[in-house]
Amino acid sequence: MTTYILRRLVQGVVVLLAVSMICFIIFRYLGDPVLTMAGKYATQQEIQEVRRAFGLDQPTYVQYGRFIWNALHGNFGKSYVSRVPALGLILERFPATFELACAAMLIALTLGIGLGVAVSLNPSSWPSRLIMAGSLGGISVPTFLTGVLLIMIFAVYIGILPPFGRGETVQIGFWRTGLLTADGLRHLVLPATTLAMYQLAVLLRLTRAGMREVLAEEYIKTAWAKGLPPGKVIVKHALRNVLIPVVTMAGLQFGELIAFSIVTETIFQWPGMGNLLLQSIYETDQPVIVTYIMLAAFLIITINMVVDILYAVLNPKIRYD
Amino acid sequence: MTKPRTRSKMLHSFLHDPPAVAGSVILLLFIVAALGAPWITPQNPYDLEQVSLEHFLKPPIWMEGGQAPFVLGTDDQGRDILSTIIYGCRTSLIVGFSVVLIAGTFGVLMGLVAGYYGGWIDALAMRLADTVFSFSTTLLAILLLGVFKKTGLGTVIAAISIADWVRYARTMRGSVLEVKEEAYVMAAKATGARDFRLLARHVLPNAIPPILVVVAVDLAVVIMLEATLSFLGVGVPLTEPSLGMMISIGKNYIYAGMWWMVVFPGAALILLVVGINLFADWLREELNPKIGR
Repeated sequence: MTTYILRRLVQGVVVLLAVSMICFIIFRYLGDPVLTMAGKYATQQEIQEVRRAFGLDQPTYVQYGRFIWNALHGNFGKSYVSRVPALGLILERFPATFELACAAMLIALTLGIGLGVAVSLNPSSWPSRLIMAGSLGGISVPTFLTGVLLIMIFAVYIGILPPFGRGETVQIGFWRTGLLTADGLRHLVLPATTLAMYQLAVLLRLTRAGMREVLAEEYIKTAWAKGLPPGKVIVKHALRNVLIPVVTMAGLQFGELIAFSIVTETIFQWPGMGNLLLQSIYETDQPVIVTYIMLAAFLIITINMVVDILYAVLNPKIRYD
Repeated sequence: MTKPRTRSKMLHSFLHDPPAVAGSVILLLFIVAALGAPWITPQNPYDLEQVSLEHFLKPPIWMEGGQAPFVLGTDDQGRDILSTIIYGCRTSLIVGFSVVLIAGTFGVLMGLVAGYYGGWIDALAMRLADTVFSFSTTLLAILLLGVFKKTGLGTVIAAISIADWVRYARTMRGSVLEVKEEAYVMAAKATGARDFRLLARHVLPNAIPPILVVVAVDLAVVIMLEATLSFLGVGVPLTEPSLGMMISIGKNYIYAGMWWMVVFPGAALILLVVGINLFADWLREELNPKIGR
């Protein structure tokens, strides 16, 4: 087990190094940092000065070493547009994204697993068929369209929920939260539902498929035959075995969650990291894009590693050596 | 692996599955409309001579203020919504089929080589696949397009393909691992068949069926992804028709009650994707021996 965890850690570091190299190449060669920093009308002498000041006249490996060194110290350079450190700019937006993602995950997990179990117990009833048809809709309607349609229905026509922004927020230390005010919560409903929708359908279908397989197993029949109460058979005997792959899937789809949070934040003008990323893409603000990629890679790789290791710990059937 | 099934049996099961038939009919209609776009649309919305700003923001024909020939109304540039939808679907299908072809070919070859040879090739290919997969196709495509400098249909196809091939590689590898243990592959090996012949004649054809399901599902995924990217403004350029971009333009007008610029392209996109998914669902059950029907 220790060997497995160690190997997994080394792999994570290697992947992060690879990502950092790609980021460095993007940063250094896909834009012209000198021109961007010195300005379009800079004289030859000014360009030379900027080049020296930022170490861009040094050999590539020195520059890459410095890039890594700075990154390890949380220094990813300054945004070209707002001229403040890129990392600070992104981290300032982190709470908004985090709260949105957590709310969405909560909705997706509870409803996805709950409905999946309900459908698997009674597959041919009308409500089950309706739910399954709905889940086909869930995977067939892209997130951006869900968002726009929800705005149309609940904000424009019925007019009960706000269509954009985060509403009233409260500052606690470095964390700005929207969860403590009624207005903030009202603003959270539509974006969180939008972001949850895709995951919900996937988790529902996965739970249903898993339950269908498990419920046909001999030991479940034995449990029924023993006369155990239904709740115990379903939750303790069946669901427990289905849950491991379902939760693993939810963890492994973390990259997807980040991707769709970019989409959701754009639709609802949610002041989070994804919204910032798109703005930076429009303005070709390289330092912010690169910092975002590095941060996303770090989060995704860490979470995947944790999920993999937990999976190995939780599932006694799997032994790594 | 799949049970040996004759073609007529598959056709029989297909014809007795109404959702699958409905799905394929929808997909076929979309393909025909996309191919015939220049002949069946009342207007070419991207030919400046045919578009006039006078006709901007007209509602559908059955509403007050509607005007022939703009059956589903017009957008803020005076483009006919129905025509733009048909041209937009053409873009969706071009991107969808191109990516499935490019990413599919590359992914299948990677999976074939990795699964058959094993060893360090396998380890390296699958590590790479895991990493790409964990970033998710959508995130990777957004980031790639954010970094690429050129915009255009080709760039979008390239970015999605780079992010998408892993689906095929993983499925193919799993399938190859099963097939290569089969008696007929062993037998061919024993007769001294070369690697290339073995792979091309025996392993590849028998490992393909699970890939067909991935192709069907992936087509829907890629079409949604193209629309998403264009909605975000990092997809096809403004000069190309796209359902995603139509919805992104229409979104600015929903507060003014002009719903038709969002609802019609949205409905077309959903219909196309549902059609493909219905067919994919049938194919999955048909090719999966585990689930009894």
